Amino acid sequence: MWEVIRKNQRKSLFLLMLMGVVLVLLGYVIGIAIDPEGGFVGIILAMVIYFIMMIVAFSQGKSIMLRMSNAREIKKQDYPQLYNIVEEIRLSAGMPAMPKIYVIDDPAPNAFAAGMNPEKSVVAVTTGLLSMMNRDELQGVVAHEISHIINRDIRYMTLATVMVGTVAILSQIFVRSMIFGGMRGGRSSSGNKKGHPIMLIVALLFAILAPIAVRLLYLSVSRKREYLADASAARLTRYPEGLASALEKIAGSTRDLKVADKSMAPMYIANPLKPKGQRLRNLSSTHPPLNERIRILRGMGKNSSYAGYQEAYQSVTGTSKGIIPKSAVKQA
Amino acid sequence: MTTTTIIILIIAIILVISLISMYNRLVKLRNQVKNAWAQIDVQLKRRYDLIPNLIETVKGYMKHERETLEAVTKMRAQAMEASGITDKAAAESRLTSALGQFKIAVEAYPDLKANKNFLALQEELTSTENKISFARQNYNDQVLFFNNKTEIFPSNIIAGMFGFKKEIFFEIEDKSERAVPKVSF
Repeated sequence: MWEVIRKNQRKSLFLLMLMGVVLVLLGYVIGIAIDPEGGFVGIILAMVIYFIMMIVAFSQGKSIMLRMSNAREIKKQDYPQLYNIVEEIRLSAGMPAMPKIYVIDDPAPNAFAAGMNPEKSVVAVTTGLLSMMNRDELQGVVAHEISHIINRDIRYMTLATVMVGTVAILSQIFVRSMIFGGMRGGRSSSGNKKGHPIMLIVALLFAILAPIAVRLLYLSVSRKREYLADASAARLTRYPEGLASALEKIAGSTRDLKVADKSMAPMYIANPLKPKGQRLRNLSSTHPPLNERIRILRGMGKNSSYAGYQEAYQSVTGTSKGIIPKSAVKQA
Repeated sequence: MTTTTIIILIIAIILVISLISMYNRLVKLRNQVKNAWAQIDVQLKRRYDLIPNLIETVKGYMKHERETLEAVTKMRAQAMEASGITDKAAAESRLTSALGQFKIAVEAYPDLKANKNFLALQEELTSTENKISFARQNYNDQVLFFNNKTEIFPSNIIAGMFGFKKEIFFEIEDKSERAVPKVSF
């Protein structure tokens, strides 16, 4: 388990840094475009926006998410089975503290986890999930969510989400001010010190492309983490069929989660918003296709270790590349 | 002081520090084994507490299953008395298989499935048994770490000097484990 977490953090850090480089470049280019000596100011502006958003996300993220989804906290007597299952998985994962459990009144079957560390975490499930799943399936879903917590996915995905948001905000401000303010500025202050016209075009292009690049980076990581959480869930429950059959039921449900928001999608067990068009789904989705996840889990047979998942992943996707760090496969 | 004495001194200090840290590591691992055992113990006790309630609830329904119920009660008493990990594991295995028989017997009584009290107890029993098996896995992992440390050079020297004994794995033969087709009641 620890090996996975460490490997995760190293890889995640690299990708976060890559996103950070895009952000800094964007700030710089925008700065230069507005004023030849403004590159540095642009970088500072980008950083300030990023840090403010990060502070909000880290201090309020959990409660914002719970409020947005109308989740209410439950006690053991309200949903004894759900409580028991969370307790079982906590034991299996060796978590230091019991996560808080929330229920969302929504007929669509889904679940999410929140919380930056295993000491203060939250697991939320919809009433739709509770009524649709049997015990083993519910256990699989809960194990998947708790895996997101112990693999530190939530911390990382929050950092990444904020990065995507900052890049998007900066680009939008710039592109809009170019289209509206830029024309006005051109008339009134044409004699003043202005950014180089070529630099302006470069900046505009960059401002349009940067959000897409950052988002694609983000999505590829998000999908990888879903596979990993599935693998961890199989290992925690030692019963991959539970999660597989739960995912099958979720795939069969056509409801959209009422309370879902795009920014929260990667936190859920399955994409809460069914893609309208199917075309670019693979590249533009936060989650891997459900049927593929199910086939991998079913392919594990009785071997519920990481090695079992790795093998099944390779045979289902037809690649020799692994989804789980090699050292972790060997260890567990 | 000459350079040689300084070098010897430094080597001695490094040696002492590494011996201390090896010793501390062993103590820490042994504590983790103890802690893991405590977690199993809590769940085993929880199961002992549940069984009398369960028997009391089903007694009225299952008049023809006296033997099955008595076997469960008897195995429970034996398991509670057993001391030492090997004996405990054997007694727990017998209790688990007696409960397995009981679960099969319950199948013949559809009335029971409408009894709210029984359903609640059944959920608690299932959950407790899952917890026992997860806690057992964790315990056995910890024992493996500890035992490896007591056998591998150089920490085996410290283990021998301070009398760190190998710990015993807790193996329960659970015929109702989920690898085989399940009997859900």
